[in-house]
Amino acid sequence: MNPAPTARLRGELTTRHREPVSFFCTGLTGLATLLILAMLGLILANIAWHGAGSLSPRFIFGSADRDMFDPAKAAVGPMVFGTAARVILMTLFVIPIGVSTAIYLTEYARGTSWWTRGLRSAVNNLAGVPSIVFGLFGLGFFVSAVGGSLDALIYPGNPKPVWGKPALIWASLTLAVMTLPVVIVATEEALRAIPVGLREASLALGATKWQTVVRVVLPQALPGILTGGILAVSRAAGEVAPILFTGVAYYMASLPRSLTDQFMDLAYHVFVLSTQAPDVDKSRPILYGTVVVLLLLTFALNVVAILIRARVRRRLRQLG
Amino acid sequence: MASLSPTVRLQPPAPTDVVTVAHPELITLDRLSLWYGAAQALKDISFGIRERLVTAFIGPSGCGKSTLLRCLNRMNELIEGVRLSGTVRIAGQDIYAPGVDVIELRRRVGMVFQRSNPFPKSVYENIAYALRLQGVRRRRELDEVVEKSLRAAALWDEVKDRLHASALGLSGGQQQRLCIARAIAVQPDILLMDEPASALDPIATAKIEDLILDLKRDYTIVIVTHNMQQAARISDYTAFFYLGELIEYDTTARLFTNPARKQTEDYVTGRFG
Amino acid sequence: MPPPAHGTPRVPDWTSLARGRRVRPLEWLAERVLMALAFTALVVICLIFLFVGREAWPIFAGRVDSSLARELQDVIPPEDLDKTPPERLRLYLGLTREQFAAMDRDTLRELMEVRIEAREQIPDDKDALLNTVRWRYLIGPHQWTGYDRPVYIWQPVSAIHKYNLVPLVVGSLKATLVALAFAVPLALAAAIYVSQLANPRAREWLKPGIELLAGIPSVVLGFFALIVLATLMQRLFGYPSRLNALVAGVALGLAVIPVVFSVAEDALTSVPRSYAEAALALGSTRWQAAWQIVLPAALPGVFAAVVLGFGRAIGETMIVLMASGNASILSWNPLDSVRTLTATIAAELAETVVGGHHYRMLFVIGVLLFAVTFLSNLAGEWFIHRLRARLEGQR
Repeated sequence: MNPAPTARLRGELTTRHREPVSFFCTGLTGLATLLILAMLGLILANIAWHGAGSLSPRFIFGSADRDMFDPAKAAVGPMVFGTAARVILMTLFVIPIGVSTAIYLTEYARGTSWWTRGLRSAVNNLAGVPSIVFGLFGLGFFVSAVGGSLDALIYPGNPKPVWGKPALIWASLTLAVMTLPVVIVATEEALRAIPVGLREASLALGATKWQTVVRVVLPQALPGILTGGILAVSRAAGEVAPILFTGVAYYMASLPRSLTDQFMDLAYHVFVLSTQAPDVDKSRPILYGTVVVLLLLTFALNVVAILIRARVRRRLRQLG
Repeated sequence: MASLSPTVRLQPPAPTDVVTVAHPELITLDRLSLWYGAAQALKDISFGIRERLVTAFIGPSGCGKSTLLRCLNRMNELIEGVRLSGTVRIAGQDIYAPGVDVIELRRRVGMVFQRSNPFPKSVYENIAYALRLQGVRRRRELDEVVEKSLRAAALWDEVKDRLHASALGLSGGQQQRLCIARAIAVQPDILLMDEPASALDPIATAKIEDLILDLKRDYTIVIVTHNMQQAARISDYTAFFYLGELIEYDTTARLFTNPARKQTEDYVTGRFG
Repeated sequence: MPPPAHGTPRVPDWTSLARGRRVRPLEWLAERVLMALAFTALVVICLIFLFVGREAWPIFAGRVDSSLARELQDVIPPEDLDKTPPERLRLYLGLTREQFAAMDRDTLRELMEVRIEAREQIPDDKDALLNTVRWRYLIGPHQWTGYDRPVYIWQPVSAIHKYNLVPLVVGSLKATLVALAFAVPLALAAAIYVSQLANPRAREWLKPGIELLAGIPSVVLGFFALIVLATLMQRLFGYPSRLNALVAGVALGLAVIPVVFSVAEDALTSVPRSYAEAALALGSTRWQAAWQIVLPAALPGVFAAVVLGFGRAIGETMIVLMASGNASILSWNPLDSVRTLTATIAAELAETVVGGHHYRMLFVIGVLLFAVTFLSNLAGEWFIHRLRARLEGQR
């Protein structure tokens, strides 16, 4: 006896037909995704496992010993200070310039002029330049050219360079140049996401362009700008190549006291500990501890940026 | 006056001499042409808009009616590559003359847009925005203007309990009336409306139309609409545009019942467009 | 000004319009400052392009001479250490006064021996007459004294400064290719999965999860490759050289994955949902819709992802500096130690004399890296442009 047509249809619809190729390929791509996350997880777990033990207030904030490879005495206080100093200084340079450039590009410049398009593609290309090339630029331009001329100008006849040597300020400036495109692109995106209607409403009420930008556009774009700024900062915090020749020191007995001093650095310290340690096994706890401190710093910033971005997206979806 | 019925009801036309005395010509367009790059969007347009009446611009999409509206407060200048010839005078002042302050002009000539565009701020701050721009800081003065504007826009009773809630939480029709309240808070003399009800349902539309008839006592209103019944219901004068040209301009009553041009007749009777 | 009372029409005063443009000095100033800052950014960007080129220019123009013709003519045997006047010894060894004062006898003697050895390596060497920064030595093979065939060598601090770029370029390419071979399939598969196949809730955390990988500083990836990965892989595969292109490439791959993933995922997501829905409505599986409809539509974006990943890999410094072994051996075997272009700059710039030929050669490498990343960026941009044009239906 044949089942009734509706019953047959119900039977066919509830039987899951698995097309084998699709099933296999879906599984494969899912596996790839998991593999990437697993590698990320393994790296972090390995670092946390070996590094957590060496974390202590003394290790994080204590002053560094001349013998940096002795687990009993090592501490990374000056490195934390140096990294914080160079990143804060960099932020002071890059945020005003980057945000201003983006505002200029989206709100003031004519979108189709060759000058705007040229500036935009220059920014895009800058984003792809390897960080070591920024190191070259920092040494050649900031340290030798700018610093050298400052010395010749301020201290003529003094053979000992004051500005014309690697220094905190040159490292910060080099990093600022490197992160400029990050800030510009993020700010531009945030500005462009704001509907034209809001700008028109403000202008039609007799607001000037400047008032419109400051009172309507910028407050709206702020979360996006912040995300860009934080991403720039977290990228800069972990960079070593641009500061190798522009300011970082292998060891210093005291903290930097002026902009022209060199500094010790957390990320560079990871490099030093991994490649210069006389006995890798003995200094392993300090190495892992330093990596954990560095990761905590950059990850905390990244997580903040991701959270802000999620909130902005949600808000835009509500507006949409 | 507003009606949901499909029959077109017209306002009784005022006698000509009464109109010229009580409603003198306020905006005068003289041979106005406008180009977007190489494309001409407005062709040699000349006519006058009278004070404290409602003037409607009608015509099929792309006929230049919105473009013309934006010429009246120089919002057209925000678009790249716009070129303009001819003159627009308001009370005899050429608004494109070199000495004119465009900011002052836009304050005097308010605008309401097709899509309601409240700022993502509170209801209160939306209205207070333009006053704050002009440096008004006293709380009492702000409170007063906010209330009066909202009342004038027939929105006060609906929002008085949530003045400090986000304006984005209002319904579409409320948002549009908020935009009107925001526009009249700075006391403009002219109100430009670019299809203010096109995105709204019939009930919200009726409220906006009532509001327009109410505001007409104090403001000169120019409204762009693609809805001919709406034009007939609320406007005193109507201008019909086609392909960037002014085809006919007359009292609404005459234009709809006894148009002088064949094209106008075809359009208002629904034969094209 | 109170709002108008109903029924009493105001008499507007329109003459105020013609009173002229109001001057707003603060706004004017603020806008000028804004433009000045934007201009600064532009100038700085141009400066980078110009400056790196300027430092390398003398080599391109053939104005640098690195020949040793006049050096190493005399010899002091190490036995004569005590007989030689200190000042002559100092000049002979090319030391500054401070350096000389800080050295003990043994060190000095050692230096003298080194110097003799260097001298012995080039006995009346014809190579000493060569200007080694000319293009034929930079890119072509040369049979140096003591070699039985023409070779490609980068050896800038030997007595004869050998600046052949080929081993470095090959080294960079080798590490990059390993990285791409490892990263591209994984990242693309993950991009397809996350954008097309995963359910929306999983997508919410999978995407930021993978992007978190981009947040790991490259020095940490380098450290991980050097301390953990190198040992692990050597134990697994049992090859002789602990640090090599394979280890560096895999670590580099970890840095490349988020780049390729992000760009490819964006491209796949930007394909209108209606494409896939049309296919699903015809009874195809999600995989079939993704593979046959969405992926082909997003193909330019996928190319862009690979090209940008390439640019990221070839420009990465710290990972290869730490995990590649840094020996400039010319071979295509991924199990040999390699020295890349970037690592060369990082390792050598500190030792160079500003303005010297070694310094300028490193800037030549900088220009080379610049050019390569510039081109890959340009190609990436072009592919993305193609993707947009295609999705907007303009072909």
